[in-house]
Order: sequence, then C-alpha cells, then structure tokens
Amino acid sequence: MEVKSQQYPELARKILRQTPQVREAVTRAALHFDHNRQTAYAEIDAAFWRQWAEAVKNHVLTHLDHYLELAEQRLAARGVRVHWAETAEDARRVLRELVRAHGVKRAVKAKSMLSEELGVNPALEALGVEVFETDLGEYIIQLAGEPPSHIVGPAIHRNLEEIRRLFHERLGTPLDAEPDALAREARRVLREAFLSAEMGVSGANFLVAETGTIALIENEGNIRLTTSLPKVHVALVGIEKLLPSLADLAVFLQLTARAATGQRIGTFVSLIQGPRTEAEPDGPEEVHVVLVDNGRSALLADPEAWEVLRCVRCGACLNACPVYRQTGGHAYGWVYSGPIGAVLDPGLLGLEATLPLPFASSLCGACFEVCPVRIPIPKLLVTWRQRAVAAGLASRPEAGAVRAYAEVMTRPELYRLFSKALRVFPGALEHPVLPVVRAWRAGRSGLKPSPKSFRELWEEGAV
Amino acid sequence: MRVALFVTCLGDQFFAEAAADAVRLLRALGVEVDFPRDQTCCGQPAYNAGYRREALQMARHTLRVFEHAEYVVLPSGSCTATLRAFYPELLREDASAYRAATDLAQRTYELSEFIVRVLGVTELGKGLEGRRVAYHHGCHALRELGLREEPLTLLRNAGAELVDWEAAEECCGFGGLFSVKLPEVSLAMADRKLDTLPAPDLLTSADGGCLLHLAGRLEHRGRSVPVQPLASVLWEAHRGG
Repeated sequence: MEVKSQQYPELARKILRQTPQVREAVTRAALHFDHNRQTAYAEIDAAFWRQWAEAVKNHVLTHLDHYLELAEQRLAARGVRVHWAETAEDARRVLRELVRAHGVKRAVKAKSMLSEELGVNPALEALGVEVFETDLGEYIIQLAGEPPSHIVGPAIHRNLEEIRRLFHERLGTPLDAEPDALAREARRVLREAFLSAEMGVSGANFLVAETGTIALIENEGNIRLTTSLPKVHVALVGIEKLLPSLADLAVFLQLTARAATGQRIGTFVSLIQGPRTEAEPDGPEEVHVVLVDNGRSALLADPEAWEVLRCVRCGACLNACPVYRQTGGHAYGWVYSGPIGAVLDPGLLGLEATLPLPFASSLCGACFEVCPVRIPIPKLLVTWRQRAVAAGLASRPEAGAVRAYAEVMTRPELYRLFSKALRVFPGALEHPVLPVVRAWRAGRSGLKPSPKSFRELWEEGAV
Repeated sequence: MRVALFVTCLGDQFFAEAAADAVRLLRALGVEVDFPRDQTCCGQPAYNAGYRREALQMARHTLRVFEHAEYVVLPSGSCTATLRAFYPELLREDASAYRAATDLAQRTYELSEFIVRVLGVTELGKGLEGRRVAYHHGCHALRELGLREEPLTLLRNAGAELVDWEAAEECCGFGGLFSVKLPEVSLAMADRKLDTLPAPDLLTSADGGCLLHLAGRLEHRGRSVPVQPLASVLWEAHRGG
C-alpha cells in the first residue's frame, strides 16, 4: 500500500471538509465499540488482566528467538510448511511461488492488516489471480477500491446509503435494498468464490509456540471457510504475534475480543494445527505459515519504541481516540491508523516517511487507558516527536519560536517584561501576522489577556 | 500550612482573577499562600511538541523556584501533571535532578485535589445552590492525575447540579500546539464537545487552556454559555455566590 502519511494534515482537512458524513459515521461506530468495550471490561478485573497480558507479551518479545524456533519446530511437526519473510517482497515471493505451483486462478482472503501491509492483493492480481475479500466490511471497501479505515471495522466510515449505491452499481441490487438483502447478495457472490478458489489467505491473531497453533478470531464465519475450503491455506503471521502456550491464548482471546468489540469472545475462534490428515479429513491439503519480519526485529531492538510490538490489533485505541474519530483511518495514509498507527507506522516505515503522524494527537491519553496490553502510546508519541525535533525535522520558525520561548521562561525578568508589554499592547495578540494567532483565531474568538496579570495583582497587594 | 502557588503562565496572563480567587479560597481554608516571584511556565508546550532540551531547561528552572516549598498548588490539571509525571521522566538521566523532581512531584497538587486530598475538605459552602454546572475534565487531570471525583464532589456539595454531559470526559481538542498545528481537527473535536453540551448556567474546568479553546469556539459559533475557571467557581461556592 502506498504510504501517504506525510500528507496527514491535508488528508484530514479534506475529509473534514469534503465528506462530513465520514466524521459522523466513524464517530457513531467508534463510540458504539468503545461503549461495548467499557461494559465488557467492567465484567472482569481489567486492570489486572491488562497487566498480565502486558507481562506475557513482554516475555515473548524479549525471548522471541526462542519462541520463533519452537513455533517453527511444532508447526513443521504437524505438517505445516514454514517460510521466513524478512521483507514484504519475500512474503509476496512465497505467495507467487504457491500461485504458480498450484495453478491458482482464484483466491479468497480473510481480513488481515498484515496482508494490507504486504500489498498481497496487488501482488496476486498482477499474476492474474482473482482475489475476493470475504469479510463483509473488507468486501465493501474492496468493491469501492479503498483501503480499510479501521483495524477491526474496515468500512466503518461508510454509511448505509453509500453501501446501497455501491452494491447497486457493482452487484445490481436495488437502490433501496435493506441491509439483509445486501448481505445476502454479498454472501451469494462469496459462496461461489469459497467453493471455486484454489487458495485461501489469512492472517493470524495469535500463533501459539508450544503447540504450533494458529488462532483466528472472527464474527462472520468467513475465516473458517477461507482456511478450510481451498486446497491451500497460507497464513501470514507477523513475528510479534507469538504467545507461549494455549493457556495464554485462552485469556488473550477473551481480552482481545472485549477490547475490540466488547464481546466476551469472538463468534468464531479457529485453532488451526495443520493440513488434513487421514484421521482428520477436513481442511486444506497444504497449510503454509509465512513468518513476517518486515521491520519488526529492527523495531524490537529500539529501546525507546519497541513496546508498540505488544499490539494485538484490537482497534480499541482507535475507538477511544477523539482525533481518529474526526476523520477515520484514511487520513493517516497507511495501513495502521489512529493512535497505534501514529507510533507503529514510524517504527515500521521510518520517521521521515510518516512524520506528521506522531503529532496527530492531543495526547489526551484515552488510548493508553483502553489498550489491553498497556502500550504507553502517549509516551511513545512524545518519543517520536522528540526524535523528529532532534533530527531537525521540525520547521525552522517553530524551532526558533520554541527556543525563544524557553529563553524567556527561564529569565524571570524577561518574562515580566513580556507580561508588561502584553498589557501595553494587548492588540499584539490580535495581530494576524503571528501564525499561531492566525491559526487560533480562524475558528475561535477572543484571546484577551487579563487587564492585569496575577503577578501585578499580587505585587500591588490586591490579593 | 504553607503553600507555594504556581499560577502558571496561562493563569498569570489570562486568568489572573481566577488565580486570585484560588489564593482567597486557600486563605479562607486556613492556608498561608506564597507566590515565588521567579516562576514562569512549566514547559508543557515544549515537552508535548517534542522539544526535550527546551522543556528540560524550563523544568530545571521550575525545580529551583519551588525547591523549598512545603506544597506546590496549581490551578491547572495539565501543568500539575507536567510537574508530577513529566519532570521525573525528563530528568531520568541525572540522578540528583531526578531525585529533586520526584520529591517535587510528591509535594505538587492541583487545587481541587489539594483541597480534598490534603486538606480533607469536601464542603466549601453552599454558594452554588441551584446552579446547573457543566464540568469539563481536562485530559491530564483525568488520566495522568486520576482526578475525577474531587472537583465534582466540591461542586456538588456546594449545591451545584452537575449536568449530564455525554462528552464530559472527552478531549476538547486543545492540546497546546496541537490546536494550531492541526486546526481543523482541533475545531472538530471542540465542536463534538460543544454539540453535546446541554444548556448549563456555567461551564467550568480545572484547565485554563481547555477553557480558552472552548470559550473561544463557543463565542465563534455564537452560542452563549458563561465559562469560568474552577478556582473562581470554588471560591464562589465558599463565599456564597
């Protein structure tokens, strides 16, 4: 997927101005998710389990070599073929080889953020493979030719009217079709795809090292079909997705579902342990797991930014984020949006390619409050901001202004002088030449200093 | 008991009367108030914008100013959070400065927090009888300091009726430089807050920056809701309105 993160301010402005319905649809859906999350957290000792989950993830990440080797060994023992992909291109190469080896003409896909990151659809389409997204939301945006705008609800920025129109144009349903009828039509198309596809591509919510188990959470049943009907199943797994044991998985499944949608557990949970056998005649003939690095091990080695790798992609921080809710995910310009995207994208793509993202936050801290693995997102945002400033990537006038401000504030006499000047020329704050004042006054009235500063009141004995 | 008041730069320049009300209230509660004259700005805008060196410079200055204070009290949740949460982080690499910062952190309180947690006072008077009050939770007060009930308790016990405000705990979109770096997003956030605001007699908050932003947006939209900093409202609660 093309990286447009540098354009965050323009993209955000454009969405707010040109498609106000996005703000409305995203706010409604995100607040709904967040409300459900709150209720579901309230049923458990969320503070305790979040700390526990943080500790388990930290343990895996600090012993990742061990767990990756264990996972590879256990997967292989069950007949799963394991591939290592250092880069996105390595992962695409594995897919291309499988397409050629099996004469794949059609592929069905389960929703996977990693596959968006790797550019799987364009790579498959370039080989002439017809790709069907099978998650309903993901199918909707595939029809619209858009990337997902939310980690869990890829089409939450679309309202019913838009989806009706889209289905009318692309699938010929009536313009006033009810949601049930739209879903029926999607199901008809996708059912045909499930039955005829030679390859199923999925991600993985978790990979259990001890048993070599791929765990997938969903609500629609499409992942189960994707991973069991076609003769080849390929699971793309980020190396940070490992968990030590099934006992850990049991808790993570519940915590993730609660954080993501407020469910106690996903409607369907698939635990995949290998291809069909004589004793288990269902399922694909071949199962492939592609363990994808694509920048993750370098990020893991970054002592100030690695904690973002605990992320379980639940999207809770997006729902809780008042900045994200104004624009939805497209403004962020890459796969991972919202608060987590603002700290994960610089980690994976580098700061320069994603620069405004760490600034796309008011640092309100709502994201940290809901994160099931307690990623300190506000702290990481400040870290990336500090790096941007230290690298000289801030604008020169801004850097100069902040330097001057710090000088004034550490020289009390100078500060008093400015304070006095502001009262002699209160109009200074109305002067549109000051860019900060201009930006402020564009949407807000008044910025009136008190007639006397508190300092003056105090020194005059008026207090 | 002696308290050093850190009025903060925004308070000094834009909310001088509210800061004076904070002094009046503290004195009325039997507290002696100092105003260390070399105080300026806590450095939060620089810290939030990634200017670590400048933030550090200001943190060291503020640490010196309040070195000997028994308690430091601020009529601002976010500046309190800067002293309490961010100074130790900023100074983590300098052992003696870090010790000074954590020591200061333990003596630093937001005004309503100080009244409730340190003074143990939950009833100031009945001066807000019959007033419908909307309280905006500043994000740092709420999430960095864990302050939710303290200001509400003081308001409620003074007779105020707290209006039911769906977005009371949502960020208003100020965020210091955020509001000028991403003005459209910032205003959209303010609008979301204000669109869900019932018609109170009064809108208040412990955070001046949020209030400047919300009041400015209200006025720009032509809606009239009286906006007053928490310190003044609490003084009114005590004084009897």
